Amino acid sequence: MAYSDKLIDHYENPRNVGAFDKNDPSVATGMVGAPACGDVMKLQLKVGENGIIEDAKFKTYGCGSAIASSSLVTEWVKGKTLDEAVQIKNTDIAEELALPPVKIHCSILAEDAIKAAVEDYKSKHSN
Amino acid sequence: MMNYFELFNLPIVFELDQTALTTTWQTLQQLTHPDKFATARDAEKLAMVQKNAQVNDAYQVLKSPMRRAEHMLELRGVELQHEQKTMQDMAFLMQQMEWREQLEDIPVNEVGLDQLEDMDDEVQAQIKQHLQTLKSLLEQHSDEANQKSADEIRKLKFMYKLREEIASKEDAINDL
Repeated sequence: MAYSDKLIDHYENPRNVGAFDKNDPSVATGMVGAPACGDVMKLQLKVGENGIIEDAKFKTYGCGSAIASSSLVTEWVKGKTLDEAVQIKNTDIAEELALPPVKIHCSILAEDAIKAAVEDYKSKHSN
Repeated sequence: MMNYFELFNLPIVFELDQTALTTTWQTLQQLTHPDKFATARDAEKLAMVQKNAQVNDAYQVLKSPMRRAEHMLELRGVELQHEQKTMQDMAFLMQQMEWREQLEDIPVNEVGLDQLEDMDDEVQAQIKQHLQTLKSLLEQHSDEANQKSADEIRKLKFMYKLREEIASKEDAINDL
């Protein structure tokens, strides 16, 4: 199976691997897993007081497509507001990385990781 | 959809009689073995090859507790196989993440081998608990219990994947 250059680049040189302190109030953590393949993804967003995502980090245990998808979204969410970030669709990710059909669930995982992180942020700041 | 329990003439229960399963498999395997049909007409040969493959698929499914449970749910109209939904059980995923980090830190040497064994024991113990829960849920036959069974199966998929990863690290050490 031929993978795209972008996908291989993100897989071989993943951006923003790591973690922030999840107890920091400005940090939002999203944890998601794909039962179909047993992949686990953690996405963290560092949100500024103006509501803009200043930084993002991820840790993914899974296949190359899952790693590339999460690496890509850490780049995409930076500079966006939380509302803008949740607009990122799995189809955008799949298209950018030219994911083969059997790997579409990796992009769904990345989309859901953003949503989970944003929800975590909102529940942290609900009062 | 093919009912594998019926194919093997076994009751549709989670706790299968393993001896009966294997004996039936061997019998069906012989009855449908392509060698027996070497002189048959092409159409007949093809039908038997397909039957033989089906018998083997059924055996693989029925032999594995997780796949057996998945098949039972499928027969009740709860399809899990091609699902693309993600799971968001935070506590469960945290532990999966921790285990994978722990696995990553295990050194690729003799010392590592012992640590892998300990970890595998721990994972297996949890698998056993999930299977126990699954068994009692499957006995309830309610929609709610079926949905909970599906959740147990989803969790088991992560656990078995983890065991595969532990095994492949073990292989890597043994190949040194």
